[in-house]
Amino acid sequence: MAWQFSSNRPIYQQIMDEIELRILNGTYEKGMRLPSVRDLAMTAAVNPNTMQRALSDLENQGLITTQRNAGRTVTTDETAIKRARTVKADSLAETFLLQMKALGMTKEEALERLAGREEKEEEHGNNT
Amino acid sequence: METILEARGLTKRYGATLALNSVDLTLPKGKIVGLLGPNGSGKTTLLKIAAGLLTPTSGFILADNRPIGEETKSVISFLPEQTYLPDWMTVTDCLEYFTDFYEDFDSKRAEDMLGRLAVPANKKMRTLSKGTREKMQLVLVMSRRAKLYLLDEPIGGVDPATRDYILNTIIGNYDNEATILISTHLIADVEKVLDEFLFLKDGVITMHDTTDNVRETQGKSLDELFREVFRC
Repeated sequence: MAWQFSSNRPIYQQIMDEIELRILNGTYEKGMRLPSVRDLAMTAAVNPNTMQRALSDLENQGLITTQRNAGRTVTTDETAIKRARTVKADSLAETFLLQMKALGMTKEEALERLAGREEKEEEHGNNT
Repeated sequence: METILEARGLTKRYGATLALNSVDLTLPKGKIVGLLGPNGSGKTTLLKIAAGLLTPTSGFILADNRPIGEETKSVISFLPEQTYLPDWMTVTDCLEYFTDFYEDFDSKRAEDMLGRLAVPANKKMRTLSKGTREKMQLVLVMSRRAKLYLLDEPIGGVDPATRDYILNTIIGNYDNEATILISTHLIADVEKVLDEFLFLKDGVITMHDTTDNVRETQGKSLDELFREVFRC
């Protein structure tokens, strides 16, 4: 299944987001060997050059390492993954608060909604 | 960056019609480039000149640093808009034909891909559907180890599933030393695979940029930009 991309951002950045997400949520496990650039490009249905660029940038961020002989693997550096997860979470939280602010809510009100929502999710979870 | 195709002042006139009007163009090696423009903008003319099938009225064009001619034909693989495989040829005939004709033809690669297409080797071209013939032709063209591939509307007139197959064949066979120039007006379908693009309007190149740059600086897709630029 080809990956979906939005039209307003460069595709290599969207590929980076997707692969980063897979690393952060464990779909791509620590130390796992990644598929080749060509295979990844074919799965995502994108230009191999674009995939290459995304992987190099992730490598610069420390989430991917290149092994001589073994191709690219997901980093085994726990701290790097934690750091990336915090950065991502902060940015999601910021977006959430901005959107709530646009709705006319204070931070406290926003957090209240969030807490209420969590309980609901749990209730739902218990019922099933 | 090394250049694979270069044109200066390239002009083609058909009687009173100016199909190409002093085109300047430099394409680097190792890129997938979209040649984008509405019908009648000169895309096919430009590709046919580069393939050595038409001679320009004036100006010059070099492929792999050589004037277009017999020598450049050996490094250029051209997919015309219409398939040219004769009706009476079988799949095997076509493979042999390409093996005889082109030194750089990788018959193993072609056989692998045709195997996946599940076309029986003894089938005659006449009996294949339009979509299958187009796929077959593309497989043959992409199985050459060329330096420059010129694909004229490879995804025009086929269903979306065939379109995916074709784009996958292009991505899967692409080696990053080669350049692929794809003409099309179906921008949304190809833009994910393009490094760069050219906008061709009334025989003039009006824009040459990278796809990332358009998204980065204008925050819009190539498809959106195309609709704006070529609004009727």
